[in-house]
Amino acid sequence: MDTAAAASAQQPDTRREAIRVEDLHKSFGDLEVLKGVDLIAHQGDVVAIIGGSGSGKSTMLRCINFLETPTSGKIVIGGEEVAMRADGSPASQKQIERIRTKLAMVFQQFNLWTHRTLLENVIEVPVHVLKVPKAEAIERARELLVRVGLGGKEDTFPAYLSGGQQQRAAIARALAVDPSAMLFDEPTSALDPELVGEVLTVIRDLAAEGRTMLLVTHEMKFAREVANHVVYLYQGRIEEQGPPAELFGNPQSERLKQFLSSVG
Amino acid sequence: MTGLFETLGLGASAELLSLSSWGGNLLRGLANSLQIAVGAFGMGLVIGLFGAYGKLYGGKVTRDLLAIYTTVIRAVPELVLILILYYVGSDIINKISEAFGGGRVEISGVAAGIWVLGVVQGAYATEVLRGAIKAVPVGQIEAAKSYGMPAFMIMRRVTIPAMMGFAVPGLANLWLIATKDTALLAVVGFSELTLETRQAASSTRAYFTFFLAAGFLYLMVTLFSGAVFARIEKWARRGQPSLKGGSS
Ligand SMILES: Nc1ncnc2c1ncn2[C@@H]1O[C@H](COP(=O)(O)OP(=O)(O)O)[C@@H](O)[C@H]1O
Ligand SMILES: [Mg+2]
Repeated sequence: MDTAAAASAQQPDTRREAIRVEDLHKSFGDLEVLKGVDLIAHQGDVVAIIGGSGSGKSTMLRCINFLETPTSGKIVIGGEEVAMRADGSPASQKQIERIRTKLAMVFQQFNLWTHRTLLENVIEVPVHVLKVPKAEAIERARELLVRVGLGGKEDTFPAYLSGGQQQRAAIARALAVDPSAMLFDEPTSALDPELVGEVLTVIRDLAAEGRTMLLVTHEMKFAREVANHVVYLYQGRIEEQGPPAELFGNPQSERLKQFLSSVG
Repeated sequence: MTGLFETLGLGASAELLSLSSWGGNLLRGLANSLQIAVGAFGMGLVIGLFGAYGKLYGGKVTRDLLAIYTTVIRAVPELVLILILYYVGSDIINKISEAFGGGRVEISGVAAGIWVLGVVQGAYATEVLRGAIKAVPVGQIEAAKSYGMPAFMIMRRVTIPAMMGFAVPGLANLWLIATKDTALLAVVGFSELTLETRQAASSTRAYFTFFLAAGFLYLMVTLFSGAVFARIEKWARRGQPSLKGGSS
């Protein structure tokens, strides 16, 4: 099985590491969901994570920012290893909180704060967590909302927007923290088909601009287009990974072949 | 016509209810009642917030203790609770005072009333707020966590504002109960509106006049509170499209 480490050894990578995951295990009770996952994303990488439902994609992403507590393994963000106790729980809540501000997450269900307007959603973390002066945060938030096509919606509450608009606002919220990497968990899966495109367009722009991202997605065409590395997860293990052209064009494992033909 | 007027005793009532007469006593009673209601409601909110968080996120011991607290308080009639808490409370304070070499302490009626009703309100508020916190979509809290918010900031900036819309109707009820429960404090001799009314009525034999007046005052409090809470609820539910054909 070729690993990300092996892949980068073939072609020495001088770019800095953004995210490194080593031998990540995660169980929920008796159910072992992740069975030793290794992954490296360098700065500017767009890593697409694909796999069937229940294969552990979300769990892996959530372990990276400790929304789930790993059972064991090692996680290094921007060169800083997250200190873990023997049971996998973070040794320092402060460190987790600091690292989380660098990893902006975009959720399948958007998870905007419904009692806050779009502008308030976008400035919330910069102002209260990162202590950016409010005027500065507002100015930047306005720019970001314009950038994701929501200029003029600053004072609207999320519930009055379409799913596509909410997800674009969630992306603006993510960008507002100036993240060193972005974690997308099926950002278009909750959207009506006609709204998927507008969100993918925004993500495509971010990829083009050199943002580091991990992208869990069921949009295979999109993964092939924007990712420079694709990881196929099967029952908690990385079954196969590589550049999109190889993975999609010439899948090696039977399971991946089957998976790709089933998702079309 | 004048006969009817006389029968109802409206002229005499107006005199009895004038501020320089018994009316002033009634208003002072009302002021005392409101003071206690506000204090007890506030104390109930604080207890309720800790209670709700304790029940949801506390350890086993905390949860068990809180379960006993809310179950017992909600099971026992309030009148009985008031008697127990009042006499137990003043007893404890006096014991402590004597232990430190002090004499018997004169316990202020307002403080005692707030403590007694606050403990009762706290049990109900715990349940109201626990339900409201549970109704907050977990994704909103996860989003806050994932952006590095510390736990207390999540509570202050996300959970509490997001649960307010769910909590306000229940809290509005609690407030009205607080205003009316102050009447029960009459049993421990606290001069709130009901006791003042009874005294005025029995001194003047104008029962109808005074109890009607007291009922009117309670009604005004309710109507005014209703208007205030409607505004609070509207504010608390900002960002949530209203349901057509009914409110929660
Ligand atoms: N909090 C949880 N408790 C118990 N089981 C869970 C929990 N979260 C996920 N799982 C289980 O872990 C497995 C992987 O889930 P998930 O990572 O969400 O898969 P994917 O995102 O690839 O669809 C599933 O079988 C799911 O039921
Ligand atoms: Mg998932």
